[in-house]
Amino acid sequence: IRGRRTEVPESAPGARMFPTCATRRARRGQGAEEVGESAGGGEERPARHPPAPALRLPNRKAQGGSEGIKTPENDLQGGLLSRGPLAAPPAPGMGDSGGQPGRCSAHAPGDSAHAGAGAAALNGLLHNGFHPDTAPPRVPLLAELQPQPQLPQHDSPAKKCRLRRRMDSGKKNRPPFPWFGMDIGGTLVKLVYFEPKDITAEEEQEEVENLKSIRKYLTSNTAYGKSGIRDVHLELKNLTMCGRKGNLHFIRFPSCAMHTFIQMGSEKNFSSLHTTLCATGGGAFKFEEDFRMIADLQLHKLDELDCLIQGLLYVDSVGFNGKPECYYFENPTNPELCQKKPYCLDNPYPMLLVNMGSGVSILAVYSKDNYKRVTGTSLGGGTFLGLCCLLTGCETFEEALEMAAKGDSTNVDKLVKDIYGGDYERFGLQGSAVASSFGNMMSKEKRESISKEDLARATLVTITNNIGSIARMCALNENIDRVVFVGNFLRINMVSMKLLAYAMDFWSKGQLKALFLEHEGYFGAVGALLELFKMNDDQ
Amino acid sequence: MAECGASGGGSSGDSLDKSITLPPDEVFRNLENAKRFAIDIGGSLTKLAYYSTVQHKVAKVRSFDHSGKDAEQDHEPPYEISVQEEITARLHFIKFENTYIEACLDFIKDHLVNTETKVIPATGGGAYKFKDLIEEKLQLKVDKEDVMTCLIKGCNFVLKNIPHEAFVYQKDMEPEFRFQTNHANIFPYLLVNVGSGVSIVKVETEDMFEWIGGSSIGGGTFWGLGALLTKTKKFDELLHLASKGQHANVDMLVQDIYGGAYQTLGLSGNLIASSFGKSATADKEFSKEDMAKSLLHMISNDIGQLACLYAKLHGLNRVYFGGFFIRGHPVTMHTITYSINFFSKGEVQALFLRHEGYLGAIGAFLKGAEQDNPNQYSWGENYAGSSGLMSTSPELCPTQRARSGTFDLLEMDRLERPLVNLPLLLDPSSYVPDTVDLTDDALAREYWLTCFEEALDGVVKRAVASQPESADAAERAAKFRQKYWSKLQTLRHQPFAYGTLTVRSLLDTREHCLNEFSFPDPYSKVKQKENGVALKCFQCVVQALDALGWEERQLALARGLLAGNVFDWGAKAVSDVLESDPQFGFEEAKRKLQERPWLVDSYSKWLQRLKGPPHKCALIFADNSGIDLILGVFPFVRELLLRGTEVILACNSGPALNDVTYSESLLVAERIAAMDPVVHSALQEEQLLLVQTGSSSPCLDLSRLDKGLATLVRERSADLVVIEGMGRAVHTNYHAALRCESLKLAVLKNAWLAERLGGPLFSVIFKYEVPAE
Repeated sequence: IRGRRTEVPESAPGARMFPTCATRRARRGQGAEEVGESAGGGEERPARHPPAPALRLPNRKAQGGSEGIKTPENDLQGGLLSRGPLAAPPAPGMGDSGGQPGRCSAHAPGDSAHAGAGAAALNGLLHNGFHPDTAPPRVPLLAELQPQPQLPQHDSPAKKCRLRRRMDSGKKNRPPFPWFGMDIGGTLVKLVYFEPKDITAEEEQEEVENLKSIRKYLTSNTAYGKSGIRDVHLELKNLTMCGRKGNLHFIRFPSCAMHTFIQMGSEKNFSSLHTTLCATGGGAFKFEEDFRMIADLQLHKLDELDCLIQGLLYVDSVGFNGKPECYYFENPTNPELCQKKPYCLDNPYPMLLVNMGSGVSILAVYSKDNYKRVTGTSLGGGTFLGLCCLLTGCETFEEALEMAAKGDSTNVDKLVKDIYGGDYERFGLQGSAVASSFGNMMSKEKRESISKEDLARATLVTITNNIGSIARMCALNENIDRVVFVGNFLRINMVSMKLLAYAMDFWSKGQLKALFLEHEGYFGAVGALLELFKMNDDQ
Repeated sequence: MAECGASGGGSSGDSLDKSITLPPDEVFRNLENAKRFAIDIGGSLTKLAYYSTVQHKVAKVRSFDHSGKDAEQDHEPPYEISVQEEITARLHFIKFENTYIEACLDFIKDHLVNTETKVIPATGGGAYKFKDLIEEKLQLKVDKEDVMTCLIKGCNFVLKNIPHEAFVYQKDMEPEFRFQTNHANIFPYLLVNVGSGVSIVKVETEDMFEWIGGSSIGGGTFWGLGALLTKTKKFDELLHLASKGQHANVDMLVQDIYGGAYQTLGLSGNLIASSFGKSATADKEFSKEDMAKSLLHMISNDIGQLACLYAKLHGLNRVYFGGFFIRGHPVTMHTITYSINFFSKGEVQALFLRHEGYLGAIGAFLKGAEQDNPNQYSWGENYAGSSGLMSTSPELCPTQRARSGTFDLLEMDRLERPLVNLPLLLDPSSYVPDTVDLTDDALAREYWLTCFEEALDGVVKRAVASQPESADAAERAAKFRQKYWSKLQTLRHQPFAYGTLTVRSLLDTREHCLNEFSFPDPYSKVKQKENGVALKCFQCVVQALDALGWEERQLALARGLLAGNVFDWGAKAVSDVLESDPQFGFEEAKRKLQERPWLVDSYSKWLQRLKGPPHKCALIFADNSGIDLILGVFPFVRELLLRGTEVILACNSGPALNDVTYSESLLVAERIAAMDPVVHSALQEEQLLLVQTGSSSPCLDLSRLDKGLATLVRERSADLVVIEGMGRAVHTNYHAALRCESLKLAVLKNAWLAERLGGPLFSVIFKYEVPAE
């Protein structure tokens, strides 16, 4: 099912409008409904393009395969669609049926600078870099964003409103290329880039030089400048986003290189592409002014937790090139039998989401739009790296982890047995439990003989266990038994993942399950990219 | 996670200092009578506990055999005073650095005379390490006790027995320490012990507690990691570094990431987003101070966060913090408090304990002394023998932390009788005896400390005069002077040293110091003389009263109570008059009284009440000996008895100033009974009962009263409480709310206090209160 979306014939994208509607249909909690309604109310914007109902109605009528799906949207459209049980999930393959090939081509991507349809077409050509005629219809663009297997669940009235307006106006909107989503964190900038692979020869010809060079540069390299890295192994291939088929690339570079990046944007005259740069993370706020002043780019700032959740749900729904995105560790308390296993996160709520970046945020997620930040801790990935740098003189996360992998934390930590000679029975504590992190380092002799590797390992174990401990307490207080750990602290960090899996299982006597995701640190950036599409949809 | 006492002693405790010469008078006091020991050895500090007996000189009073042949009629004292030796029990606790352990054990060995015990209960991480040394030196078998059990026993003990044990710490506030009044029920609570690791224990009853969690990030992490980062070896030095650092140079703040606050979540820009986050990205050097500060914040915040999560999960809001990471350090108390406030959004208060360092030793001692059942007694902190909070804090005097300062003492006296709440208190949990909190009120503090300093020479003179036959009285009095003077100086700088500073605590401290130097009752002779003079006038006064009409008599009785109260050797203004003019008499005192309307005057309401049905039973707390008791209180008592009201007359168990003691009151009552048939029959028929308060203070704490008194109050259904005197009715209990009617009477013999209350010297307080229905 996960792979199905990418199998949809590109020639029939309009068909996906109805699955899209289905995704917008079901609401799970009255509370969320209300919140969504009010949010939707605030989104009213005047249509900037003349509506084109004539184009849309036939299209909708053609949706023979959408029987049994009732959505408030299509209901509002005049009851043209038959009703069905509210909670019924879309039938598999439904989206493939009865599509009407791209008939909406007359619509230009939304660009507020253009008023008339003709002008829009022209400007679309110029700004988009593609010929509008060849572009897939805009109507289904939301459909592509929605994970079809989960259609009934994650939807907001706000989006229903957006969709309704779109249907009313019949506008066609797709953001101009290039498509980026950016998450500017405290330590790392995460960038996702959608590389369209369905570019026709004609499109290619029309593609402005600037855009082409960006595309070629990003996709033909795996490292950029001194510190930019493309995580090739994470690339999502053959993905359809916003009606276009392509690959999603995952790139990161240190936040301290942000100014170089902005400078580059300025030099490459990125602003001439008139793209909207969707950015989240604290840096979106911190660097907004620099983007504007130096590179003449207007950032579209997004909340990092919103993006994180939307990005996570999206990536999980599309899967990891046919493999599952989510996994857990079987037998976490037995090092010999412990192994990675796929986990189906189709029904993820409620979940405790632990985002481990430089610092840590812990969220309780009850539905796609209903979540709260429970707490956070400043002891996170930044602390691990910061302390490792100070203690061992290392310079990178990779170096620190490499050392940690070779070290033994029990030389650094004081264990229960170091104090009690064995288990502390009065309180049922095992002798092997850590009583005091870095406790052995109170002794001068031990400080003088300790290895850097041991110190790195102890730092890693200390930070990880602490996050595990706080997460576990939050899970208990919130009464949630699934704990999803994400964030770049987990990148290439099997030690921490297994420790977390162990800690959740052991201290809860098997009640809590630790879950992990392959694209651990990139969800915020993906969420930002998804907002780019929604934003254009709104216009 | 479970470790409680620090055991990272390797870094500081390995080289034992044998050269120390101990000041025996000050440190191991009363060792020759030590009966039983316990020891708690932590990572850097050793806490030794011993139970000992103290021989006190006490002034006993008894009736003469009435041969009375050669006594001159006019000067015959009403009873005889003799000084006797009395033995009371005392708990001693001494805290010192592990460095001195061998020297201390040697000292103990040399001075130990007659210990009965063969074992020494030991606790703490270091107990194992020093086991052989202790067994060899003391010839006692080390009996290892569970660390956590000891800690909790100790915690329960101090919470029950030491008023103002727990406090809230507020940096940069005046006062920094806000002490909590003891709750009758101390359970349930959460104890977060931050030793080298962190243990979180839920305590539900005396014997029921549960380890509910912990963390490995604790004091050992601060110390170990701090030592690695800053090359600073000692814990205290690390804390000192931290107190000078700027954590924002090392930590990544929200504003470093966002450029400002994270608005949507309402996270302030100054919050730490990532501890040590900047040390990962910058190629620069970081100062030791900044790293230490960042580390301190990281660990304190983490502990606070976990404590809040556990408190929330278990629905508890009383959270006490202890362990060597806290150990009274303002720096860590502040960061922990900050963290708790932040993470609990003010729902949980971080509470600290004045004697937190002693909990393990106290607990180990209690475990070892179970056959004596120490929990059945009430204990009282001896202010004379205890060091007080922060006495050795490096923060206060980081440069001059002299060796002698490293010995911290706590002494607790076993009280002869268990103390309980007065059953008539309206709300025992909110009752605060003291009217003015001198820790809070800097002006009042300044005034009273000066007042007590100025009065000191007079007290010394009187103490010497009270023992004319003693050769060393002057010498002891000088020592007393020095001790109390230094206590007053300590309190000037650290008003929080013994809990909330009050006039009561200043008075009690003086009494403790006097006792310490064997001046058990400096006023015994004065009281004897005054009682004699007053007894002679009793019949005359009663006859005069009886001659008055009913309404006039009621007013005369009230004025008599008040006039008697002018005679108070404790108040400097009066003692000046009395010493210069011994003829100053009862009548003169009455003349000196303010005319009605008094400063606080509900006499009319009282008179109205007297026209109604008699009270069932009145509880009267008497104040001074002599004229006050005999010519003021007894006529008033007699009138109540005649109305058909039973009277419980409560006097102090032990001496304090010229306050009448229980034993004196018995003799006086006997003499009055001989003259007065009303009192005579009332005593015989138990309509008049004399009881002791359980206190030896010039003030009155209604939450710590003799159990017998409380029982009697309940049995007789007392419905009127009369509290007399400045100490009992103004310095304390002025605002006390009772379930029954009450009379609070005093003459303000202190100009400053009178002015504060808005009246002249010798203003009258006549406060009659009826509880709301």
